Amino acid sequence: MHRFANPARFQRLAAVILPWAAGIAVLATLAGLWTGLVTSPPDYQQGDTVRIMYVHVPAAWMSLFVYTTMAAAAVAALVWRHPLAEVYARAAAPLGAGFTAICLITGSLWGEPMWGTWWVWDARLTSVLILFFLYLGFMALVNAFDDPTRGAKAGSILLLVGVVNVPIIKFSVDWWNTLHQPASVLRLDGPTIYGDMLVPLFIMFAAFKAYFIAVVIVRMRAELAARKVQAMRLTQAARAPELSAAE
Amino acid sequence: MRAVTRAAMAVVGEESEMTRKKRRLYVVALALLGLGSAAALTLSAFEENIVFFFSPSDIVAQPPGDRNVRLGGLVEEGSVRKLPDGISIAFRVTDTVNAIPVTYTGIVPDLFREGQGVVAEGKVGPDGVFVAREVLARHDENYMPPEVADALKRAGHFQPEVPGRSVIAPSAAQAAPQATSTLERP
Repeated sequence: MHRFANPARFQRLAAVILPWAAGIAVLATLAGLWTGLVTSPPDYQQGDTVRIMYVHVPAAWMSLFVYTTMAAAAVAALVWRHPLAEVYARAAAPLGAGFTAICLITGSLWGEPMWGTWWVWDARLTSVLILFFLYLGFMALVNAFDDPTRGAKAGSILLLVGVVNVPIIKFSVDWWNTLHQPASVLRLDGPTIYGDMLVPLFIMFAAFKAYFIAVVIVRMRAELAARKVQAMRLTQAARAPELSAAE
Repeated sequence: MRAVTRAAMAVVGEESEMTRKKRRLYVVALALLGLGSAAALTLSAFEENIVFFFSPSDIVAQPPGDRNVRLGGLVEEGSVRKLPDGISIAFRVTDTVNAIPVTYTGIVPDLFREGQGVVAEGKVGPDGVFVAREVLARHDENYMPPEVADALKRAGHFQPEVPGRSVIAPSAAQAAPQATSTLERP
């Protein structure tokens, strides 16, 4: 893992991955929207409303995926002092918050016509709302310190505390009676979604994933550049008195 | 083991760095373990408050009295009827073991139909009828095109899934016959 600790190596790798990820994101979004909104069949009970699934479910998966990777980065930052780990967590947090917001909003838009309510406090919805607040809390916390290293450490601890919420979200629909239905795709006896509906779902998932990879690379690059600028300013400031003394 | 120690001792600085990393790893692992167990205990202790609805078997096993509760299950086939006042409906919510009669005044969601999951919020009246203030539809985890659903229905493979499970009477379906055979019958 420490092979990637070198920011220069990361930059080289990122330059290779970025165009591919961006290209796949655009193509898969177009293909996913076309198959999801046009060619896939309506549901036998929900009719065309089921098409909200092709945005809602990938966004929900990404919200969990991003948080889990951020928590893994927090371990790498706390235990091995991995220099890129906190850069990654900072770069990924707003994206994860965005996915969670999309999940909550589309879920609300889906709940109103189907369940008859925009929002209920059942275990699934509440735990996802907590995930959203964890993202916001992490972003606020890492920026609340003057010293960025202390901010990163506090943020990493928050990420690890919040990781207990991830299995709670996933299994909330199995552990407790919820208004939200149980899992349809990741379940022991195989998906309960008809094949023609699974295809656009997976294409959209690929699109969300590729979008995330592309944007997180851009954001990590920006963060690394910002740190470089900061370091240059510091050395310049340190040298400035010498210069003025010399004059 | 000894070789490893000797090699580590050879480079003292590296050795202490390794143990420091290992110690940090153990601290993180232990903290997560403790946190996870605390969360698990808390959640299991509050199960009855976290569940969104009770099954008809729960309501039968432990009548909620005058409390507001949510009742969830399937709308029993053939049970929905309009009441004489024209704006109220009556139906039965079942978990295939027990069924509770429900009345509701108002507009039901589009998905509300017989054989479909439903969650009703309200109180059990003195006559045993659940008076709902709000009725929400619940759909199951199966998604398919209408043609496939029709084909399944024709083949007789189509059965609605009972939403949720009973919380207070966890295995009401199995417990009931056992109770009669071991306790009530001499």
